[in-house]
Amino acid sequence: MRPFRYERPDDPLAAVALLADDPTATFLGGGTNLVDLMKLGVARPDVVVDVARLTGRAVETLPEGGVRIGAAMPNSDLAADPVIRHRYPVLSQALLAGASGQLRNLATTAGNLLQRTRCVYFQDVTTPCNKREPGSGCSAVDGWTRHHAVLGASQHCVATHPSDMAVAMAALDAVVQVQGARGPRRIPVVELHRLPGDEPQRDTSLEHGDLITSVDLPDLPVTARSHYAKVRDRASYAFALVSVAAVLDVHDGIVGHVHIALGGVAHKPWRATIAEDMLRGGPATTDAFRAAAVAELTRARPLPDNAFKVPLARNVLVSVLGHLTSSAGAGR
Amino acid sequence: MDVEITLQVNGVDRRLVVDTRTTLLDALRERLGLTGAKKGCDHGQCGACTMLLDGRRVNSCLALAVAHQGADVVTIEGLTPARGLHPPAGVPRPRRLPVRLLHPRPDLLGPGDAGRGPSGLAQCGRRRAARGDGAPARDGAASDDAASDGVVLDDDEIRERMSGNLCRCGAYANIVPAIAEYATAEHARK
Repeated sequence: MRPFRYERPDDPLAAVALLADDPTATFLGGGTNLVDLMKLGVARPDVVVDVARLTGRAVETLPEGGVRIGAAMPNSDLAADPVIRHRYPVLSQALLAGASGQLRNLATTAGNLLQRTRCVYFQDVTTPCNKREPGSGCSAVDGWTRHHAVLGASQHCVATHPSDMAVAMAALDAVVQVQGARGPRRIPVVELHRLPGDEPQRDTSLEHGDLITSVDLPDLPVTARSHYAKVRDRASYAFALVSVAAVLDVHDGIVGHVHIALGGVAHKPWRATIAEDMLRGGPATTDAFRAAAVAELTRARPLPDNAFKVPLARNVLVSVLGHLTSSAGAGR
Repeated sequence: MDVEITLQVNGVDRRLVVDTRTTLLDALRERLGLTGAKKGCDHGQCGACTMLLDGRRVNSCLALAVAHQGADVVTIEGLTPARGLHPPAGVPRPRRLPVRLLHPRPDLLGPGDAGRGPSGLAQCGRRRAARGDGAPARDGAASDDAASDGVVLDDDEIRERMSGNLCRCGAYANIVPAIAEYATAEHARK
């Protein structure tokens, strides 16, 4: 690991200023991804600015509705929070489907959003990777692609975003509060992460030095249900091959509010807007779920090792929507 | 870059100077001679480095020592009292040591942990998908980190909580019954 200077500023503005002064400086949250990447030589910061105590570590209810999650809140605490478990079960389920108990105790909310891809070529500094070293080429395109993207990839990068939590947040229309050098701003989670295009080195729309201070979840319709399902190579402690986060509200057999996000299939949590548009206002039936899932996945462009993800994503999507309607007693 | 830090390790205040790159694991193993926590993969995948940091289990190989100034750290060595064996290591309830790191003692829980206990959520998606009906078998299979009552600590739940520790005895079937036995005794003791 390269030597670095450690800083622990007293307020968020000081932290932002420390990064503004140094393009190689980085924020440290729980460290579960960053410290690993530093050991691997993928991350090589000169200055590490510890922000794990700078932002909130709790869930607060907002007066205008919804909740605000402190950026430094550990994943384990967020999963266990009674308000989250009761009102946003999809988020609690997604968090507990990720990593291990040991990692969730360290990992923070903002750090989870900003974790880097686990593409094996990205993590191996001896192989070309456009995300790690722009212009060096993509080793995955002609390599081992079981865990790679089937939607929205480019010739420059086929990596997937590894977070479960971010998939649930995308389905919940979460909004990230950011403190930047030029002041605070709000970014919807669905616009936080990018598709790779010809700049795969940029995971997100954040500028260098932007500090995530909290994540807001808007209120859901009171009768809406939500659920997260994750399919992986082993029963526990593995990244998603495919995951689905869905929020669904059905009245008299007709779909009202419907938000769906897919994980493990793209460079960002993939909001299934085609499926949502097809479902909204229509019947909550298995046939309709199947048609919407098929339509959403028509854009898939699988790689040699991951064609299985296309039918898998369709099936899990239908399964999750079926679960949400059956337990609601609707759509029958 | 050297920095001076203080840690409370197994109940004793320790002051040491470490390079900023030093992990909590290396600080304790190399500087304080506490070799009970092991350096397995050194990438947060095996769990051999698990310690209790402010009352909660963590992968100490991914925690920079400098970032945990003043923290309360308990290693496997800290579970042994001055005399005799740590209760889980003694008769009549054998082989219960792993549960300490799966299910911290109430007196090891940190502030804000009150009421935190066995829990559950997030049934594994693969098993659920395999059932073909999309229905969760139950609201279970989680970890020690979600507070909830009434979750049955069955074999699936125990295995889920163990999954952050990959060890060579992972195929040793008696670990799961041992944890179940200890958890039952612990519950009865409360």
